[in-house]
Amino acid sequence: MAFDSLDAFFAMGGYGAYVWSAWAVTALAMVGSVVHARIERRGLLRDLERRARRESATQRKGRDAS
Amino acid sequence: MWAFIHKVGSPKWFYAISGRLLPWCWILAVGLILVGSLWGLAFAPADYQQGDSFRIIYVHVPAAFLAQSIFVSMAVAALVFMVWKIKVADMAAAVMAPLGAVMTFVALFTGSVWGMPTWGTWWIWDARLTSMLILLFLYLGVIALRGAFASRDSGSRAASVLAMVGVINIPVIKYSVDWWYTLHQKASFSITSRPSMPVEMWWPLLLMVVGFYAFFIAMTLMRTRSEILRREAGKHWVRELAAGGA
Repeated sequence: MAFDSLDAFFAMGGYGAYVWSAWAVTALAMVGSVVHARIERRGLLRDLERRARRESATQRKGRDAS
Repeated sequence: MWAFIHKVGSPKWFYAISGRLLPWCWILAVGLILVGSLWGLAFAPADYQQGDSFRIIYVHVPAAFLAQSIFVSMAVAALVFMVWKIKVADMAAAVMAPLGAVMTFVALFTGSVWGMPTWGTWWIWDARLTSMLILLFLYLGVIALRGAFASRDSGSRAASVLAMVGVINIPVIKYSVDWWYTLHQKASFSITSRPSMPVEMWWPLLLMVVGFYAFFIAMTLMRTRSEILRREAGKHWVRELAAGGA
């Protein structure tokens, strides 16, 4: 451990504002990328499901009519 | 060999294989980045000149590596698409561009925040910083160009050409610190040569770099899979997948 206390850890030897803002922006960028990718994937899967349901419904209707 | 390339290049095959690889990539990425962060932030010794401000290196260097590596990967994917017409390569290139832009921004931001306490300035127009800013604009150009055409194929081809031409900037970035006089220090991290920093500082940096690469691979696989679902939505196997509730 390079620090004596939690306060010293957060202070980063007086460079706290620099170190933590750099790390925070990096973390935000990476977590944000993952969240975006997950929302994108869920949306696409939902669209595909809806499309599949619609198609099977029209197929059934076609069968009933004939 | 040809049969193999086209098999890997087929969206259906790629979707299946990448789905199996993906969890391992995430485990590797999250594990390495968590351990590397804790090690780098709390356990690595402070630098004798820069004090604790040097801990920015653990996000700055991996982000800058990715910013450049993603561009090279994107250019290679663009070449594969242009030469062999492999659609998955174009999808991969398409999803790499935004991640590359994000990583370039992170490298620039963390570098700027690191520059203040060490150089006394947020920004200077020197070779390394300027060529990195150009990289960001190249990424934005590739993204904009892809979306600028009514037909997807035209957009793909235009973006591919810009990616292949823009890759010239990568050696410029790499050698900028040797060719020109700049404030930016020369490369201090290499996997192949002996570390130029104490090993207690080098190890966490290695974990972070490898972790960031795993993150890039995981993100690219995941979003390429999404891109496949988007572009192949009408295909039989995708419809079966949707019906199966995957």
